[in-house]
Amino acid sequence: MSSYKFVDHTYDVVVVGAGGAGLRATFGLAEAGLATACLSKVFPTRSHTVAAQGGISAALGNMGADDWRWHMYDTVKGSDWLGDQDAIEFMCKEAPAAVIELEHYGVPFSRTEDGRIYQRPFGGMTTHYGKGIAQRTCAAADRTGHAMLHTLYQQSLKHDARFFIEYFALDLIMENGECRGVLALDMSDGTLHRFRAHQVIMATGGYGRAWFSCTSAHTCTGDGGGMALRAGLPLQDMEFVQFHPTGIYGAGCLITEGSRGEGGYLTNADGERFMERYAPNAKDLASRDVVSRAMTVEIREGRGVGKLKDHIDLHLEHLGAAVVKERLPGIAETARIFAGVDVTKEPIPVLPTVHYNMGGIPCNVQGQAVTRTGGSEAVVPGLMAVGEAACVSVHGANRLGSNSLLDLVVFGREAAQHCARVLKPGSAHRELKADAAAPAIERLDRLRNAKGSKRTAEIRLNMQLVMQNDAAVFRTAETLNAGKRKLAEVFASFADVNVSDRSLTWNSDLIETLELENLLLQAVATLHSAENRTESRGAQAREDFPNRDDQKWLKHTLCWVDASGASRFDYRPVHLNTLTDDVESIPPKARTY
Amino acid sequence: MAEFFLPPNSKIRKDGRVYKAPPGAKQVRAFKIYRFDPDVNENPRLDTYEVDMDQCGPMVLDALIKIKNEIDTTLTFRRSCREGICGSCAMNIDGKNALACVSACADVKGDIRIYPLPHLPVIKDLVPDLTNFYAQYAAIKPWLQTRTPPPPDRERLQSKEDQEKVDRPSACILCACCSTSCPSYWWNSDRYLGPAALLAAYRRIVDSRDEAAGERLDDLEDPFRLYRCHTIMNCTEACPKDLNPAKAIAEIKQMMVHRRL
Repeated sequence: MSSYKFVDHTYDVVVVGAGGAGLRATFGLAEAGLATACLSKVFPTRSHTVAAQGGISAALGNMGADDWRWHMYDTVKGSDWLGDQDAIEFMCKEAPAAVIELEHYGVPFSRTEDGRIYQRPFGGMTTHYGKGIAQRTCAAADRTGHAMLHTLYQQSLKHDARFFIEYFALDLIMENGECRGVLALDMSDGTLHRFRAHQVIMATGGYGRAWFSCTSAHTCTGDGGGMALRAGLPLQDMEFVQFHPTGIYGAGCLITEGSRGEGGYLTNADGERFMERYAPNAKDLASRDVVSRAMTVEIREGRGVGKLKDHIDLHLEHLGAAVVKERLPGIAETARIFAGVDVTKEPIPVLPTVHYNMGGIPCNVQGQAVTRTGGSEAVVPGLMAVGEAACVSVHGANRLGSNSLLDLVVFGREAAQHCARVLKPGSAHRELKADAAAPAIERLDRLRNAKGSKRTAEIRLNMQLVMQNDAAVFRTAETLNAGKRKLAEVFASFADVNVSDRSLTWNSDLIETLELENLLLQAVATLHSAENRTESRGAQAREDFPNRDDQKWLKHTLCWVDASGASRFDYRPVHLNTLTDDVESIPPKARTY
Repeated sequence: MAEFFLPPNSKIRKDGRVYKAPPGAKQVRAFKIYRFDPDVNENPRLDTYEVDMDQCGPMVLDALIKIKNEIDTTLTFRRSCREGICGSCAMNIDGKNALACVSACADVKGDIRIYPLPHLPVIKDLVPDLTNFYAQYAAIKPWLQTRTPPPPDRERLQSKEDQEKVDRPSACILCACCSTSCPSYWWNSDRYLGPAALLAAYRRIVDSRDEAAGERLDDLEDPFRLYRCHTIMNCTEACPKDLNPAKAIAEIKQMMVHRRL
C-alpha cells in the first residue's frame, strides 16, 4: 500500500464531472471567488450533455401563451406525483431566467421570425393545465446539448476555472459521516491526487451503461452513485429508469423527441398511428413512459414492423426536406449513418431504449446530499449533487423531455450559489487523517492487480443482459426476482475479475473495471428497488401491480447497497408542498394524456 | 550541411504481434493498429488483429471495442458518445482523419489501418496529447464578448439570417480531425492556430451578438497565427461534421483586407 504516493490539493469546492451541471456549478463557483477544481474523466466537451438534442424547457412564451405554473403542472403530472413540488416549483420558476442567461452567454439558439429563441412542442408539455399543446422547448436545431455544453465550457474558460482533465474520481474521502474530499487518479500517468474541500459536488451523470442497449455514452457509468454507495450513503428512486421511445433499432442511438415535436409520428405494422389509441389527446407527444409502453405492447401483440416484427416506424417523410434541414439536421445524419435511412423518403426503425435515470443521490433544492439516520433525515456535510447524478427530485417517476437540460443549469447554478452563501473563500481546512483515503487505495490496488479468470467486458456484458431482460419497460415480481438472482451471480463473479493491463499510463482496462464496479452497485440498487416497489408509477410498470398506490407508495425509495451486494431500504416523504405561495400544490389524480 | 532527424519514437517497428481470427470465422478482416507503450523503451509497432465481422458491429469503433473486449484488453483509445457528437474517437483510419464511431468498416478496402491523429505527441496507442490543441482553442477567447449590457429580462434578438451565419460553424465538436490533417499545422503547430481554433474565432467574429470582432481580428493579425493557412483544404476534406473551416479562414483573411480599405 505504501507504494502509492499522493499529490495533495486543497480547494474550497471540488466538482466531480464536467457535463452541463458540473460546468455550470464550476464557473458559478469561480465567479463567486471560491477556489474551485473541476475533475473530469473526459475533456469537458466530450461529456454526455453534448448528445442532448431536442432542447431545454422554459415558459418564455415566445411562440404562444405560456406560464411557469403550467410547466410546473406538467412536470408534476409527468413525474406521476413522485416529484417534490417545492423543487419543481423552483425549477420551473427559474427556467425563463436560466434560458435567457444561456442566451446571454452566447448559446446559438434557433430563432423565430422576430428574432426570439425558437421553441418547439415536446412530450407532456401543455398549456392551461393539460388543455393545449405548449411550445416550450427552446432549441438550437437538434443539437441543443452540444450548443449548451460548448457555451458552458467557454464560460468556464472565461472565468479561468481550474480543470483536472482525464482525472478519474475513485472514491469520496469520508470522516465520521462527513465528506472531506475525493481521491482521483490522473489517467495520463497513474498518479493519485487527494483533493480536500469544504464541499464536493457530484456531477457525474447517469448509469445507462448498466443496460445492453442505451442511448447513453460509453462513459455513462454513474461513478458518483457508485462512490456514494461505497461511502455508505443511499441512492433514491433507482427503480425509475426512463426508456426513450425512439432509440434507433439496433444501434440504440437517440432520435430526439423533437422529431415528434416537429410533427413526426409512430406507426405499427398495419401502418396505424397507434398512439391515438393510447393517448387520445397528446397522441405521439404523450409522456415518454406512456409512449414506450404503448410501443412495447404493439410489438408484443404482433404489430411490430420489420422481418422480426420487433420494432416500430418513426415517420418524418411528410415534414419536407426544408424542415428537416433547418430543425433536424443531426437526426437526418444519425439516421443515415446508423439505420441507412433517408428520413425524407422512409421511416426510421426505432425501439424504446434506456435513456435516463430519474434516481440518484438524494438531495435538497440547494443540492446538499441528504440521508436518513436513526429514523430522521439529515444533510450529509460536505457532499452535494447536481444533474442526472442527483435526485432532487424534480423528475419523480418519469422525466419530461427537455427538463433535464433545464435541471442541469438551474441546479448547477443553485449549487454554486449555495456554496457562495455558506463558504468564505480560502477558509481554513482541518487536517485530513493520514489514512483518510486508505479504503479507496486498497480498492484501487486490488483491482489494478486483479488476476482472476474473467475479463471486465465479460462480466459487464452479463450484467447488461440481466438488466436488459429484467429491468425492462414492463416488470413483474417473477422477472425482477429472476433478475435479482442472476445479478447476484454476476456481482459475485466480479471477485474473479482480471485486469491484464498493468501500466499506470492511460490504463483504460483498469478504468473500465472501476467503472464496472460502479455500474454493478447501481444495477443492484435498480433491480432491488424495482422489486420492492409493488405498484406502477411513471416509468415503473409492474404488470402484477398495474395501479398507482398512493396510500402505500407516495414516497421516495432510499436504497443502500453494501459490498456484498445486499440492499436495505428506507423511505422519504414526497414533498407535496410548494416552495412559496405563488402556486398551489397539485394534488394527485389519475394521469392520462 | 543541414542534418534532419525524425522525432523520437516516430519509426514504426516491423515486428508487430498478430492475433489470428478464431477458427471457423468466415468474414475475417485484418485491423492493423498502431501500438505505442510509453512504459517500455521501444518504438511503436503495428499489431494485426483479425476480426470475425459476422460477430462485429459495422463501425470501426465497434471493431476496436470488440478487440479490446475479447482479444487484447491493453489496446487503448478514447471513446464516448459513439454517435459522432462528442469528438473523442478521432483517429487516422485508412490514411484519413475520422471519427471511428461513424466510420463504417465496409467503406475501407483491404486491411484497415488505424493510427493516432497525425503529428501529435502520442501518450499511448491511439491516444494523442491534445494539450496544445485545447490551449489554442482557449487562446482565441471562444466565449461571447460584449460591451453593451444585454436586456435584463429577455434574450438578445438575432434574425434568422444572422443566426444562420453561426449555425454551422458552432457545430464544431473539437475532434481535431481538421487541424491534424493540415500540413501547415504539422510544421508550425507551435505558432499557427490551425483550422479548428480559427473556425471557433470565425464563429464569434460573425456572431451578430459579439462585439469584439475588431480585437479578435487584431489577435489574428500575425504572420503565423492566421496566415500559415495556405488554402490546402485538407481541413474541410477531413471534417466529420461537414463543416468548412477553410472557407471560414478565407473569410477572416478577407475581413483583414476589408478593414484596411
